Amino acid sequence: MTIQQQTVITKDLVNRKLFVVREFDAPLEQVWKAWTDSTLLDQWWAPKPWKANTTSMDFREGGLWLYYMEGPDGSRHYCRADYNSVTPHKSFIAEDAFCDENGNINHDFPRMLWKVMFSKSGDGTKVDIEIKFATVEDLEKIIEMGFQEGFTAAHGNLDELLAK
Amino acid sequence: MRRDVFQGIADPTRRAILSLIVLQAMTPNALAEHFDCSRQAISKHIKILAECQLVKQEYSGREIYCHLNSKKMKEVDKWLEQFRALWENKFDQLDTVLKNLKNKKP
Repeated sequence: MTIQQQTVITKDLVNRKLFVVREFDAPLEQVWKAWTDSTLLDQWWAPKPWKANTTSMDFREGGLWLYYMEGPDGSRHYCRADYNSVTPHKSFIAEDAFCDENGNINHDFPRMLWKVMFSKSGDGTKVDIEIKFATVEDLEKIIEMGFQEGFTAAHGNLDELLAK
Repeated sequence: MRRDVFQGIADPTRRAILSLIVLQAMTPNALAEHFDCSRQAISKHIKILAECQLVKQEYSGREIYCHLNSKKMKEVDKWLEQFRALWENKFDQLDTVLKNLKNKKP
């Protein structure tokens, strides 16, 4: 198998950017679909033990994805992604935000700009993600917020390792 | 003024200084030789790095040496590691979604 299924993350703090690269063992059309079809997004977008649930999805330039993350205790966090640009089967740019159930943006939280690029890589597909933050403080805040989720995810992975 | 690890590494010259002292402790003069900017500019960067607790300055005889405070550097690695764990978790789930898509097709 030539697919490099390792997540490569690099940072460019000067330009407030994080880069995530990962290859997938599937044709580009399917990987694109998994990133842009809400039924499929719901199945993977939230890190365990959270679950993503789509309220509405309008995947096109100027469109919006409204969804909530549901925790094991039933708590809900609403999020939205605004699609600023869509080039089918190549890339899309989305701006995400926390919001209420009607999509009204909560400005207390930093927003991130996502550029997701898809390219063929052998029999698989490479996904290049560029995440840009408005300020260094935003970047720190997101990381702080990610701490708890990250711990849970790390423990999940550890459990899998121990089970092997 | 607020100082933290992130501010310390947010500047390319300071990152270059850190990558030099990773290998061995160095004096400010020795460090300055690696850069095109003035000795004063390097001193200022060292001062910021010390305030961020990324660099420890210790006297050895008459000379002052800059040491990397690796404990503090690990904080950055820690959050990046958590960020990575978060994404690996999501991507593993995406692998499963893609596998299911593939199996559905004849």
